[in-house]
Amino acid sequence: MLLIHCPYCQEERPETEFRHGGEAHIARPTNIADISDEEFEAYFFIRSNEKGVTFERWRHAHGCGRFFNAARHTVTDKFIKVYKAGEPKPTLAELGLESGESQ
Amino acid sequence: MSGAYRIAGKGRLTPARQARFSFDGKFYTGLEGDTVASALLAHGVHLMGRSFKYHRPRGPISAGSEEPNALINVARDATREQPNVRATVQEIFEGLKTNSQNRWPSLEYDIGAVNNLGAPFFSAGFYYKTFMWPKAAWKHVYEPFIRAAAGLGVAPKEADTDHYANRYAHCDVLIVGAGIAGLSAALAAAQTGASVIICDEQPEVGGALHYEAGTTVDGMPGFEWAQKTAQKLAAMDNVRLLTRTTAFGYYAQNFISLTERITDHQAMVEKSAPRERLWQVRAKRVILATGAIERHMVFDGNDRPGILLASAARTYLNHYGVAVGKKVGVYTAHDSAYEAAFDLKRAGVEIPAIVDTREKPGDAVMAEAAALGIKVLTGHAVIKTSGRLRVTSMTVGRSTKGTTTKYEIDALIMSAGWTPSVHLFSQSRGKLTWDADNARFVPGTHAQDCLAVGACNGTDGLANTVEEALGAGELMARAAGAAADAEKLSLNTETAFEWTGGMVGASEGAGPDTVAKAFIDFQNDVCAKDIRLAVREGMRSIEHIKRFTTNGMASDQGKLSNMHGLAIAAEALGKDIPEVGLTTFRAPYTPVTFGTIINHARGSLFDPTRKTPMHDQEAALGAVFEDVGQWKRAWFFPRAGEDMHAAVNRECKTVRETVGMFDASTLGKIEVVGPDAAKFLDLMYTNAWDSLKPGRAKYGIMLREDGFIYDDGVVGRLAEDRFHVTTTTGGAPRVLQHMEDYLQTEFPHLKVWLTSTSEQWATVAIQGPKAREVIAPIVDDQDISNEGLPFMSVVECKVLGGVPARLFRMTFAGELGYEINVPADFGPALWDALYERVEAAGGCAYGTETMHVLRAEKGYIIVGQDTDGTVTPYDAGLGWTVSKKKTDFVGIRGLKRPDLVAEGRKQLVGLKTRNPKVVLEEGAQIVADPNQAKPMTMIGHVTSSYWSEHLGSSIALAVVVDGHKRKGETLYIPMEKETIAVEVTDTVFVDKEGSRINV
Amino acid sequence: MSEAIRTKPLPATRTGSAAASVTPAPEASRISLRAGEEALAALSSALDLGLPTQPKTSESKNGRMALWLGPDEWLIIDQNGADLMALCATVSAPHSATDVSHRNTAIIISGPGAADAINGGCPLDLSLKSFPVGACTRTLLAKIEIVLYRSSEDTFRVECWRSFAPYALGMLAEGAMDASA
Ligand SMILES: [Zn+2]
Repeated sequence: MLLIHCPYCQEERPETEFRHGGEAHIARPTNIADISDEEFEAYFFIRSNEKGVTFERWRHAHGCGRFFNAARHTVTDKFIKVYKAGEPKPTLAELGLESGESQ
Repeated sequence: MSGAYRIAGKGRLTPARQARFSFDGKFYTGLEGDTVASALLAHGVHLMGRSFKYHRPRGPISAGSEEPNALINVARDATREQPNVRATVQEIFEGLKTNSQNRWPSLEYDIGAVNNLGAPFFSAGFYYKTFMWPKAAWKHVYEPFIRAAAGLGVAPKEADTDHYANRYAHCDVLIVGAGIAGLSAALAAAQTGASVIICDEQPEVGGALHYEAGTTVDGMPGFEWAQKTAQKLAAMDNVRLLTRTTAFGYYAQNFISLTERITDHQAMVEKSAPRERLWQVRAKRVILATGAIERHMVFDGNDRPGILLASAARTYLNHYGVAVGKKVGVYTAHDSAYEAAFDLKRAGVEIPAIVDTREKPGDAVMAEAAALGIKVLTGHAVIKTSGRLRVTSMTVGRSTKGTTTKYEIDALIMSAGWTPSVHLFSQSRGKLTWDADNARFVPGTHAQDCLAVGACNGTDGLANTVEEALGAGELMARAAGAAADAEKLSLNTETAFEWTGGMVGASEGAGPDTVAKAFIDFQNDVCAKDIRLAVREGMRSIEHIKRFTTNGMASDQGKLSNMHGLAIAAEALGKDIPEVGLTTFRAPYTPVTFGTIINHARGSLFDPTRKTPMHDQEAALGAVFEDVGQWKRAWFFPRAGEDMHAAVNRECKTVRETVGMFDASTLGKIEVVGPDAAKFLDLMYTNAWDSLKPGRAKYGIMLREDGFIYDDGVVGRLAEDRFHVTTTTGGAPRVLQHMEDYLQTEFPHLKVWLTSTSEQWATVAIQGPKAREVIAPIVDDQDISNEGLPFMSVVECKVLGGVPARLFRMTFAGELGYEINVPADFGPALWDALYERVEAAGGCAYGTETMHVLRAEKGYIIVGQDTDGTVTPYDAGLGWTVSKKKTDFVGIRGLKRPDLVAEGRKQLVGLKTRNPKVVLEEGAQIVADPNQAKPMTMIGHVTSSYWSEHLGSSIALAVVVDGHKRKGETLYIPMEKETIAVEVTDTVFVDKEGSRINV
Repeated sequence: MSEAIRTKPLPATRTGSAAASVTPAPEASRISLRAGEEALAALSSALDLGLPTQPKTSESKNGRMALWLGPDEWLIIDQNGADLMALCATVSAPHSATDVSHRNTAIIISGPGAADAINGGCPLDLSLKSFPVGACTRTLLAKIEIVLYRSSEDTFRVECWRSFAPYALGMLAEGAMDASA
């Protein structure tokens, strides 16, 4: 069982309290009714599914209930950084990684 | 008498404390503290089992959990029976019953031993080569054959009546292993102020000090020091000392699983005591002090009963006071076996010869052997052994071709050196490094916050081990945040001999001929020649060799065999050992019972069973309940002589003609509160909510972003800023999660909050022409007339003389109907009051089945039954719920996708069978032309189908391609025995005008 | 108030062990309170109880407790049954107060083995260092969600939804048995 740091509870909590919420930083278009099929496809269906550092949403479902974002490495399973929903996506440098090191 | 091989004055057990136990029906007397193995060895019994494949007679080779051979069945009674228990681990107690396994008719005469003669047939990879084709033969020939011929114990047939516990625990420092290294580390960590958990798989601490007779610590015999230290540790508030506790799994972020065996050694078991307890420990730091395991020598006939590891022989002698034989041969490549020989010799056991493959053993042991008058044959090998059920001789020579000498013996002890127990370190994803000088893998790069100390770290020598462990204990405690001041600890240790030597792989007597039975893996019957064969057949990766030969794949996971297998493979491949690599160690370190793994999650604690507040009332009325997720819901209420069909028909008829009451409490309820509540619901549902006036309610459809129906329910507006949202029973948690997701991440600017109130309210639906007159007397001061409380309205009022209620005028049955919500504790009182009146009015209680029939008669859909995640509101004929004015709601764009607006979509329709008595099967496929060639083109399927007592005919809902345009068409449903003709209709079968509702 | 009889989700019988007693709590009034920062002062004053803003902390006064559950969420419990909805109704700043008195029920675990009993199913570190007196959180007890509150060194309150109460009680009773084994 992993420990995940919740940025709202400000401590590590057991994985079972959390729920994964898919890829982060995919904003719902504000003019969603008017976007093209291609734009809708890009928004709704296409996910990066990277090997390496991935940005994903988590919810502390059985804790504070908040959604937040995490940068996690999909190979090591290690959480590199967690940050509150709405905060900008960190750059690799901010994660302490060189470009190219994301793999 | 506790056995002829028990040596007076040797060992640490008390002769007066005896216990009688049985093995294969025969009774033996042992001493308290004996294992089954030590107690049987004390009686000269070495034969304890038969091997897996060849059914060769086997005895214990070890004195610990690494044991591959001596697997027995232990039973307290029929419900508490366990196969494959290691006789070297199971402690005896008065009345213990044990049996050997994998033999028939008896351990001494086992028919399966013909496998031994057919050995070539059973060579490496035989499963893959022999049992390939044809497929059908698997079921009828191969599998029964394999099951009969090979196998270990038999699984018990009865449910286990023992109980098991679980405990989550946290500590600063977890120490695995309580030998001298672990104890030293624990002392240092504890006095630095860390919270410490230290565990050891054995009944008492001490580890190698069990057999190390020549070691002193601070002037005390080592084992005595260990026990004193354990007492000291156990008395400290910040230390938890767990014996009989195996750390079996090392997972991410220092999460370690331990299994504590609590009652397996007890004659009388307290009823409340769990048999085993699973500890799930999260440690800030981990110290691995797991020691090392001695390796056997690989030579022809090395598996006969009576052939043991040298350290095991020492343990039996020095701890249990048992000599493994009277005339004990020694075959070794390591000094360790010398000390065993010395201890045995001093205890009066004859040692015919020490056979050492090395030309130059350690000087100290050679000198001592000479002093004790023990013959040492250096540069020699044991070429083979003999003896059917017990070793009787060893044949010794310089090489297989030279002259040989045969020694009569009744036991043979051996040592090829020591393998550091890196299992847990490897499980932690730490990288091992190859220590070429000592031919061993030792912990290299750490992947987690742990340190290995002592023998498992490849640290040789007692003084080095203690120093390393004390340092690690303090270091890890401080790293975990402990900061107590304490004097630096030091321990004075003395030991008789520092060991040298060791080898991996096959020794002289192991071949290279292909018949020699030089075992590497005893439990899976893998010989040196099998590894060579695997390489000859093209296996290159050690992972392939392992699977081809099954080396290391038995329940002992190759604790003795892995290094030998690897070395032989490397030799055959012409590579260095580290190039060939080691297979991955996986949890569990030793087998763990299913009981421990599931612990509390049995019976009523397997999964929560959720009951509504009125469950007991409904049960008292004879309700039959159905499972809906975790809920128990009243399904139907049969009366005397009624089957389900009759009960449902009566219930349906009663609702349509008079009145019925229904427990709707399981429906999900969400309170949506805040100034932006309506705005938020506008985004979450297809409908428009802004215009809904407080006091009114509306049926809502919720989509996913892809445009498909996600959930539905009635939403009532209680105030400008407060809505009472209902969801389907199964949808309650996911709908709330879905709403929270959008609220928190897409619409966080909205001032609105969501609270689950599903269980705050007990809900009773009253449906039928007499609904109003039934509820009138229990509703306090509230106009419930058609004008005062029109269809689709909601009011907060009082019922039962003061109980706050939310009263909805609504129906899921197509009748004059109400749903009364009261705070859940009042549910039973409300039910009782209503039932009295319903009964007086000629009505009845109805269950979920009747609810389903009534709603289907009205064409009301059930999300998840009539929809399947690919149905839009338009497909379902619910286009009227989709607001044309709104510029945004979840799913608005998805609904416009080309495929969702194209022709040819499956649409919800009604079906009437040509013969009204025929009730369709739900899920049945629909075709347009029943005479077309197979495979037919299916154009839809039946989603709901019932007998309608009210109509005197069957009714069905279905999704059919372009169904809305097909009304009046005849379609066909080919079934196994007949083809059923149906007419496509609209979805409303009863009261199309809604005249029954608006009254 | 009505004469109608309340039927509580659990019988008020004490179970557990010598190390940890497990007892359904008396009824109490409760609200789930949601609000942004701008409403906290007014709500605190209406409830006569400061709303804690630090994770895992609580305030309590005269049998009324405010448990922090999330950055904008509190569980308010009044053991004297006060009408908390009415108190909050006086506050005009945007907030959500929802009556959950009957949704939740509580079980009190008390005794030297109380933390061990709960750790039979709850994976949190319940040492006083990590979960001091007054600490509270939503978390898991085996397969269900609970709110856990430590009212004293040896006493915890477990709040769960009513239909999960028999399961919670069963788990805690087993944990309590094991805590004394
Ligand atoms: Zn949190």
